[in-house]
Amino acid sequence: MIEKRQDMNASRAPAVEGNILEVRDLTVHFVTEDETVQAVSNISITLKKGEILGLVGETGAGKTTTALAILNLVPVPPGVVKSGSIRVCGKDVLNAPVRELEQIRGSDVSMIFQDPMTSLNPVFTVGDQIAESVMMHDKCSKAEAWERAEEMLELVGIPRERAYEYPHQFSGGMKQRVVIAIALSCNPKLLLADEPTTALDVTIQAQVLDLMCDLKEKFDTSMIFITHDLGIIAEICDRVAVMYAGRIIEEGTLEEIFNHTKHPYTEGLFNSLPNIEDRTAKLRPIPGLMPDPTKLPKGCAFAPRCPYARPECIETPQEPKYFSDTHFALCSAYSEPGFRIDREEV
Amino acid sequence: MHRYIIKRVLMLIPIIIGVSFIVFFMMDMAEGNALDLIGLDFSEEKLAELYHQYGYDRSVFYRYLLYIKNLFHGSLGTSIIYKKDVLDLYLQRLPATLKLASASVLVAVVLSIPLGIRAATHHGSLTDNASMVLALVGLSMPNYWLGLMLAVLFAQKLHWLPSSGDLNGIWSLILPAITVGTGLMATMTRTTRSSMLDVIRQDYLRTARAKGVPEKRVINVHALRNALIPIITVVGTEMGKALGGAVVTENVFAWPGVGRLIIEAVNQRDTATVTGCIILTAVMISIVQLIVDILYAFVDPRLRAEYSTGGQRSRRKTGPRAAALGLAGKEGAVA
Repeated sequence: MIEKRQDMNASRAPAVEGNILEVRDLTVHFVTEDETVQAVSNISITLKKGEILGLVGETGAGKTTTALAILNLVPVPPGVVKSGSIRVCGKDVLNAPVRELEQIRGSDVSMIFQDPMTSLNPVFTVGDQIAESVMMHDKCSKAEAWERAEEMLELVGIPRERAYEYPHQFSGGMKQRVVIAIALSCNPKLLLADEPTTALDVTIQAQVLDLMCDLKEKFDTSMIFITHDLGIIAEICDRVAVMYAGRIIEEGTLEEIFNHTKHPYTEGLFNSLPNIEDRTAKLRPIPGLMPDPTKLPKGCAFAPRCPYARPECIETPQEPKYFSDTHFALCSAYSEPGFRIDREEV
Repeated sequence: MHRYIIKRVLMLIPIIIGVSFIVFFMMDMAEGNALDLIGLDFSEEKLAELYHQYGYDRSVFYRYLLYIKNLFHGSLGTSIIYKKDVLDLYLQRLPATLKLASASVLVAVVLSIPLGIRAATHHGSLTDNASMVLALVGLSMPNYWLGLMLAVLFAQKLHWLPSSGDLNGIWSLILPAITVGTGLMATMTRTTRSSMLDVIRQDYLRTARAKGVPEKRVINVHALRNALIPIITVVGTEMGKALGGAVVTENVFAWPGVGRLIIEAVNQRDTATVTGCIILTAVMISIVQLIVDILYAFVDPRLRAEYSTGGQRSRRKTGPRAAALGLAGKEGAVA
């Protein structure tokens, strides 16, 4: 059944060589009468087939907005996509006509939402909610869609007879599995997972992560995994992009980010992790708060909290500094020869 | 569910006793009685005989207990004025009231729900503001004034529609239905709008959009179904009110409904008719409320679970996969 479905998907959309996702210079603002929130500024992301990109950052860094923009689901108003282009499987998401957009959503790209408690419609059975997606995209009968929905439930570890039950009859962890089942029901080529495990307790968290890794192996799905948990990133991601105040301030392979950290903010993130080996070690949080997203400086938004900041950091716009083909950081300190952050010297 | 319905039906008994008590004693407090009215040119002896026949020579408590006794034997009593069984009188007037109530509620529902949805989905737009102003106007107009104005314009000046009675079929229904329906429509539009506005911001609509559900279906199926509870409540309440007879409107348009019957009976101090009609109205309202409650259960599965009392949920067999994950047992207990 699953192989057959993949064939169906392949015949529906022309096979795209290389990149599943191309985001270029995406800028999203939220405009209200009083102020403009610069939620996402000038972000570029590319993702190959089967690749998992971890998107890390504090709350409010623009991770979810980026994911919503990829589905063209930024709430309008107040959201405005100021500039940029997004191509999923070669299709221009931001300028697609409504019909095509509805086809792209769910079948080419789908999203697992952050809060399982509110992401399911309380008045429909979970089977209905999974089957609806299948019916929309595969144009099959209700019976076939239900069969598929029950299969999906089993895949995420829920007995198939529970398809006839309503969301309020499930616990949080099971609801999250249902949300995952909905997202995966049409074998999307790209999966946006927005903190899929944040609302779950650790034991369930591990199961959900296992499940997602399994699914990735099985279907070769590309994934953007949004989280602020560096431990999860280390477990499942191939590449990592670190976001701060709406920008990607450092991006590289897992190895590069974890072992050759370049940006002071990324360093701060690692320092904030509790040290499990040395329990007497003090936590070293990053001092200060995220800047007000309505009043971002021209230069580096992290400068006010940065231990290496120089006066010109906050004034001059940052240029990406490349350390390899895949690794860059948005930090002007590297224009000075010989600049090193502490973590790298260790 | 059955137990719930039986419970609700049994609750009618105290409601009937309470309602009849209040109405009966209020009627007694009013000056004069029906016998004085029909007995204006009767002799003293004849009047005394009538007084004795209807229990007016005894205390009001005696008459009330007599009434309740008859009630439990299934009789609502006989009208002194009309010399007819009260139930027959009521049933004779009920069709007209039902016709007017259903027509006005139907018109209000058909117009107000789409309007309310549109106002909510285009929040802050011209449509939204215009419909809210319209709703405010509709709410502010008293029924009798609107009824009279409509009658003056469409019946007296333009001669398009009849202004009284129900002899001209659907044509006679139009003006009274608009009169009653305008207020209903205003209330329902506002309720639909605010209820939809609540739902429209919910995460599960984003989930629906994210899986490619067309916007129309997102609003009309996913959102509306969740917004229905307050709307059903209002429709039920208004339907109940309308079944009690649109007293004012029925009088303006000489509509031969229950409301008008009650007013006539009050004026003639016809205690049996008034009490009987009000009891039957209370029963009708209770039935409508019961239907509303059953509809809630159809619309919202969480309420359905509440109605069926504990322990009635079917026991599930645990699937092998879930058992392996060690979850199903714990999760299954969540009601």
